[in-house]
Amino acid sequence: MDISVLRRAAAFAAGCLALSASAARADDGVKIGLIVTLSGPSAVLGGQVRDGFQLAVKTLGGKLGGLPAEVIVADDELKPDAAVTKVKGLLQRDNVNFVVGPIFSNVLQAIEKPVTESGVFLISPNAGSSNFAGKSCNPNFFVTSYQNDQVHEVLGKYAQTKGYKTAFVLEPNYQAGKDSLAGFKHDFKGEILEEAFTPLGQLDFSAELAKVATLKPEVFFTFMPGGMGINLVKQWKQAGLSEIPFLSAFTTDESTLPAEKDDAVGDLAGANWAPNMDNPQSKAFVAAYEAAYGFVPGTYAMQAYDAALLIDSAIKGAGGKLADHDALAAALKKADFVSLRGSFKFNNNNYPIQDFYLVKVAKRPDGKYQTEIVEKVFSDFGDDYAKDCQMK
Amino acid sequence: MSTSLFLVQMLNGLQLGVLLFLIAAGLTLVFGVMDFINLAHGVQYMIGAYLAAMFVGWTGNFWIGLALTLPAALMVGLVLERAVFRRLYGREHLDQILATFGLILFLNESVKVIWGAAPLSVPTPDLLSGNVRLVGGVLYPVYRLALIGAGLLVALGLAWLVNGTRVGMLVRAGASDAPMVAALGVDIRQLFARVAGFGAMLAGFAGALVAPIQSVEPGMGDNLLILAFVVIVIGGVGSVRGAFLGALIVGLVDVLGRAFGVPALKLVLSGSVASQAARSLAPMLIYIVMAGVLFWRPSGLFPAKS
Repeated sequence: MDISVLRRAAAFAAGCLALSASAARADDGVKIGLIVTLSGPSAVLGGQVRDGFQLAVKTLGGKLGGLPAEVIVADDELKPDAAVTKVKGLLQRDNVNFVVGPIFSNVLQAIEKPVTESGVFLISPNAGSSNFAGKSCNPNFFVTSYQNDQVHEVLGKYAQTKGYKTAFVLEPNYQAGKDSLAGFKHDFKGEILEEAFTPLGQLDFSAELAKVATLKPEVFFTFMPGGMGINLVKQWKQAGLSEIPFLSAFTTDESTLPAEKDDAVGDLAGANWAPNMDNPQSKAFVAAYEAAYGFVPGTYAMQAYDAALLIDSAIKGAGGKLADHDALAAALKKADFVSLRGSFKFNNNNYPIQDFYLVKVAKRPDGKYQTEIVEKVFSDFGDDYAKDCQMK
Repeated sequence: MSTSLFLVQMLNGLQLGVLLFLIAAGLTLVFGVMDFINLAHGVQYMIGAYLAAMFVGWTGNFWIGLALTLPAALMVGLVLERAVFRRLYGREHLDQILATFGLILFLNESVKVIWGAAPLSVPTPDLLSGNVRLVGGVLYPVYRLALIGAGLLVALGLAWLVNGTRVGMLVRAGASDAPMVAALGVDIRQLFARVAGFGAMLAGFAGALVAPIQSVEPGMGDNLLILAFVVIVIGGVGSVRGAFLGALIVGLVDVLGRAFGVPALKLVLSGSVASQAARSLAPMLIYIVMAGVLFWRPSGLFPAKS
């Protein structure tokens, strides 16, 4: 009898020891769950974020904030339901300390709650939808990219300062396309000759381009991410419309330029950074990224790199204590790191306040294509939704 | 709305039509002759585009690349027929759909493994770059005109092949009554294999032709496959003539709906309502046409089996 009680007590004690041992193991390293789109036509974007983040961890000696870092990569398949399942795995099975992701706003809508409600920080390296910038802002949610509208506003502002009187706007027929049009109109006060909407995934734009040719607008604005943009840019050139300035958002960037090549050269876009950004940290990043992966990094990779630097600075700021949630939150908010884009700080809604530029596609002497900064359009630019956010 | 704009849009519709015809021709023959639903037909279009991108990249010449693509696409078609399709001919349609749908997933991932997820592009051949000025001063890309020409030539060649040769006669006979043709001592399996290979080559040809105007990416054939099925439903299963006219109808209806939907609806509705309605209606138009054809002519406009 006594012996069996003793044995049970011993087993219990051993169990406790084992538990505390595993807890201790989680404490001496930091685990990052990286959830991005790595399958389907948009896999290129997720690849840039994954590579950019891992490059930062490698550059920091495999550590974040002085703690050994383990990065667990998951593919959200661009499906909100799949993303939620993967995120729950990261949170419950892998016990990650931070989740970094996603690429797309619809995935963000699905994973924001599961992550932030479990007390884990969510850092978005790309998606920046308006609801989380305004009323639904959250102290556990940070964005290292931008609020989605801002990039479109850059081009509307540029078209307005240039004094263009007439514009033709072409958008894919879904929420982001409508937001894009609204963003362009934010500062552009000229006449919009036609707001053409095409079904998402349309690959031939001949009918719309024929209309552009007959309406002869002074400027053309579009938002055609991924394969749609590649097709539009090629067909634009082939239709002989090169005389009309081509302004776009997420249509001619480093993810699509390898396919667009010469057809995109000279096209204008809006961005918070470009690979030719003139500061030492950015130059070192571009060189290291190209050496490691063979592609020119785009803003996706840059924002992911900055996300890693942000986490690094926050862990340092909290003295390496991953369990001290409040200290980490305060340190994240400070954004005490040297961003690749130069000036960077968080607004009250945890979205960045940063500069935005007009960028132009150029062919480099080595034959690769990249966007290059033409001029600064907005300085220390915060988004319009921050005023609806209750956080200080 | 000027006449020149109308002309350009007609050309755009024609161009989409001939492209659809190249895909639908193979699909309708395979479906008609073998009673075999091949969902993987759109993937063969994608493979044609990838092969063209690869060969043009290697040789640096569009024409040599195109010449190499055709036999390679034919080979892919024959291999798929031998490895997969052959086992499915006697099975139910549901089995065929499941197996060929699996093939879509498999091949879409395979091209990603081989060529990477990033879209590829093929430059327009020098001979066909540039624009021509049409009446009214509107520019039109030479390459698109060439595409229309190539499609029409293939249509003529196919018409001769189907109506004027012994193989064509067997194909027509197979489309209307396959067991009877087999009973007359024709090696129907051999015929099936040839038709499947040839259909794959036509789809591959369409993919190669479209590579200079569209990006080459995984899954690019999936949308066109649906349109190709609409074409053969409108045209009548198993009929090449039906596929041709069905493809032109779908191409023209789609483009004209996109181009003139807004001005047409503005005649009866107010501005913003008209553009909203046109935006939703334009992509639906071809399906409305298909529903109409199914209602009045359930076996299509030119059915092979009458």
